[in-house]
Amino acid sequence: MNLTVAMSLNLKGMSCPLPIVKTAKAMKGLTPGQLVEVLATDPGSVPDFKAWSRATGNALVEAREEAGVFHFILKKKEEGVLT
Amino acid sequence: MSIATVEKPPLAVFAEQLAEKNAEQAEKLVIFAWSGELDKIWPTLILATTGAAMGKETTVFFTFWGLFPLVKNDVRITGENWMQKMLSVMNRGGDMHLKLSKMNFAGAGPAMMTHLAKEHHVASPDELLTMAKEMGVHLIPCQMTMDLLGLKREDLIDGLDEPAGATTALAEAQGAITLFI
Repeated sequence: MNLTVAMSLNLKGMSCPLPIVKTAKAMKGLTPGQLVEVLATDPGSVPDFKAWSRATGNALVEAREEAGVFHFILKKKEEGVLT
Repeated sequence: MSIATVEKPPLAVFAEQLAEKNAEQAEKLVIFAWSGELDKIWPTLILATTGAAMGKETTVFFTFWGLFPLVKNDVRITGENWMQKMLSVMNRGGDMHLKLSKMNFAGAGPAMMTHLAKEHHVASPDELLTMAKEMGVHLIPCQMTMDLLGLKREDLIDGLDEPAGATTALAEAQGAITLFI
C-alpha cells in the first residue's frame, strides 16, 4: 500500500502508555483525513491501537509487523462523524 | 395497495446512533487517587494520561495518602502542629519519594522498581504527571484532607486545579467511568 502520510512518529522502545499518548498528542495537530505513520516496538501497542481506534473513531488504516517493529497508519477522523 | 415500509427520516437515524453511542461510551474518566504508594500512583497516572489520549475529559481527585505524591519533591517538613509535622517525617511527600505497598525494603524496592522502569523505557510517575498536565487532565487536591494532614497549596506542585471537596468530585463523576485507586 502506498500512502502519503502527513507525519511519521518513531516511538520505538517506548512502553505503555507512551505510544498511544504521544500519538494522540501529535494527531491533535493534524487536519481531518490526514494520515500518520507510527513505528513502535511495544507488543501491547498492537491491541491498544486497535482499541484506541475503536474508541476515538480515528481509523487504523494499516497495522503490520516487520522485523520486530510494528507499523501503524492512522487516519484522523472527520469532524462530526459518529464513532 | 400495500403499504410500503416507511423509511426513517435521517434525523431519527442520527438520534438513534447518538443514543447508542452515549450508552456504550462514557466521555469522562474520574479517578479517586486515595493511595499514595508508588505501585498505585503509577497505574493511576498511566490510566489518566491514556484517558486523555482517548479524548475523555479526565479528572484525578487526590485525597488522603494520595495527596503526598503531589507535594513538591524538595519540600521536606509540612504541617502546623507536631502531629502533622511528624506525619511528613514518617511519610515523605513528592513523586520521587514514594514507597511500594509491598516489598518496600526500606526504600530498596522502589529504587529497584525505578531502575527496572528506566531499563524498560516506562515513563516515571513524575514524567506521567507532567504529561497529564500538558494533556489537560484535571488534578484536584481534596481541600479537607489538605487541612487535616497539614498540606498547604504552596507545599504542592504547580499546575493543579483549585482544591475542592467531595461534591466537586462526585459531580464530575456523574456519567463517567470511575475508579478508586
